[in-house]
Amino acid sequence: MIELREVSKIFNQGQPNECRALCGVSLDLARGGITAFKGPSGSGKTTLLALVGCLARPTSGRILLDGRLLSNLPERFLTEVRRHTFGFVFQQFNLIRGLTVLENVMLPAYPLGWPYRELVNAASILLDRFGLAAKASSRVEWLSGGEAQRTALARALINDPAVLIADEPTANLDSALSREVLTLLGELAGQGRTVLVSSHDPLVFDAAQVDRVVELHDGRIVRDAGRARAPS
Amino acid sequence: MARCRVCATVGHPSYPRMTMRASLERQRYLLDYTLAALSRRKARNLGLLLAYTLLVFLFSAVLLLSQGLRREAALLLQDAPEVVVQQLMAGRHALLPAAWLDSLRQIRGVGSVKGRLWGYYYDPVIKANYTVMVAPDRSLAADQLIIGAGLARARRLGVADYFSLRAADGRALPFKISGVLDTHSELLSADLILLSEAGFRALFDFPPDHYTDAALTVRNPREAATIAGKIALALPGSRPILRAELLRTYDAVFSWREGMLFVTLGALLLAFMILAWDKAAGLSAEEKREIGILKAIGWETSDILAMKLWEGMLLSLTAFLAGYLLAWWQVFHDGARWFAPVLKGWAVLYPDFRLTPAVDLQQLLVLLGITVLPYIVATLIPIWRAAIADPDAAMRG
Repeated sequence: MIELREVSKIFNQGQPNECRALCGVSLDLARGGITAFKGPSGSGKTTLLALVGCLARPTSGRILLDGRLLSNLPERFLTEVRRHTFGFVFQQFNLIRGLTVLENVMLPAYPLGWPYRELVNAASILLDRFGLAAKASSRVEWLSGGEAQRTALARALINDPAVLIADEPTANLDSALSREVLTLLGELAGQGRTVLVSSHDPLVFDAAQVDRVVELHDGRIVRDAGRARAPS
Repeated sequence: MARCRVCATVGHPSYPRMTMRASLERQRYLLDYTLAALSRRKARNLGLLLAYTLLVFLFSAVLLLSQGLRREAALLLQDAPEVVVQQLMAGRHALLPAAWLDSLRQIRGVGSVKGRLWGYYYDPVIKANYTVMVAPDRSLAADQLIIGAGLARARRLGVADYFSLRAADGRALPFKISGVLDTHSELLSADLILLSEAGFRALFDFPPDHYTDAALTVRNPREAATIAGKIALALPGSRPILRAELLRTYDAVFSWREGMLFVTLGALLLAFMILAWDKAAGLSAEEKREIGILKAIGWETSDILAMKLWEGMLLSLTAFLAGYLLAWWQVFHDGARWFAPVLKGWAVLYPDFRLTPAVDLQQLLVLLGITVLPYIVATLIPIWRAAIADPDAAMRG
């Protein structure tokens, strides 16, 4: 369970270019299912996901994970939580250029020091699952948008996180590939993972796989609608 | 233990505690990543490596050469007389009367006493000063001489050739060359001419009852300083010079020249430090973003720092090794031809000699200290500043 209590985030505070990205957001996110955050650009979706995923700290307010306060944890513990609880798929994929698909997928586990064979094995299973086995030794800059998206998804899952955070996962994909990604996200939610997605793509928040839609505007929640999962 | 929902293994071995093996594996992964990162920015890193190697090469070459020269001088001076006595007149070196040799022999503790004849001869043809000495242990006729290898090369002379020297009265005295000195003793003999006593006195019109100085052996070398004191008392116009003092003088000369070179190289070191700082402080947007991504996907600040430490160590140790080996080759196998004129330059005929290779651990540590450590510190601090930022902020740039 993730709880947000009166969370605000201000960038460049006290400077002429101060930007209030989130204003007093309170929200409870239960385990499992897909929650989609919708809203126009600049509404605070990405900032909200960054705060939930411990990529940034709130300016004020509290964030709790299973009752444990995250917002005042020291950096080292915050990384530990991020590493074992959250997997990220970024809008621009953020794959490391110059490395192969396999290396990119293995990258989050490097600091954990798994035995090499075991790590390659885990990464290969993920690549196989996402139809990327043939691309394992290709450099990521040679991949198509869909392949890069799936590589980013595989990388997000290598540490077996309980929560998957995907920022605009369909922004760079056509409709067919977007549906494919949504199917994959649905499968992951079906396995018990919590999936948090930001998007302003109707294909995402109207999808049958999405359990709850939270709408943001100017850094505030303007609508929060849960619905029963459509039969698969 | 929970079963992984992805790869179906029962719990990942690193969670919750990292074992020694995992710790080693972690370093291996970080090293792998570092190598990949270095190869991704080939041109920049190669340029830095070259500049760094050149810097280490210059510092190492000066250190190796000056230490080699000191060592060589010490070895050669082992055969020098324990005490040399000169006469002083008005504070200047004057000719030593032959009668002093007997006075010296009577001082308790003095072993043998030999009068030495030596001086300098300026050759206007090659604008060089030769050292001219009498070699009492070599049987040379009055018109014969032996020359050093450097002189033989410079004047293109060989055994049985004639070599004319201008005597003190202006006449040209022809000498027949009866030998050329071995090259292994070139440090002291490159510009040497050995003559008979008669030939020497004729060439310089040297008074028959005088010597240049006197060479003494002492019965107990530990008492050389005491005997020198006795000599100064017995012969008030004398100046006794101990072998140890000669060594100290050589040392001071080399240290002074070395110091001058290091001052020059210091400017170079400063320029390099600015380059290193610029390289590290001026992290490109791409590098900052990469640090942000790595943190976002679960790397700790310490992982980033360890990775960058590997990068700094790989770069600086490679440059150190390459620069040091290059300097080693230059000094011990190529005759140190780039630096010798500055460090050895006491004569016009530079000796062509090989120094004995030797490794001095302290010297190596000093070199490491002034080249590798500053680089690593200069690169780590800005990286640390970038690495402690929130991943979100780092990725946004």
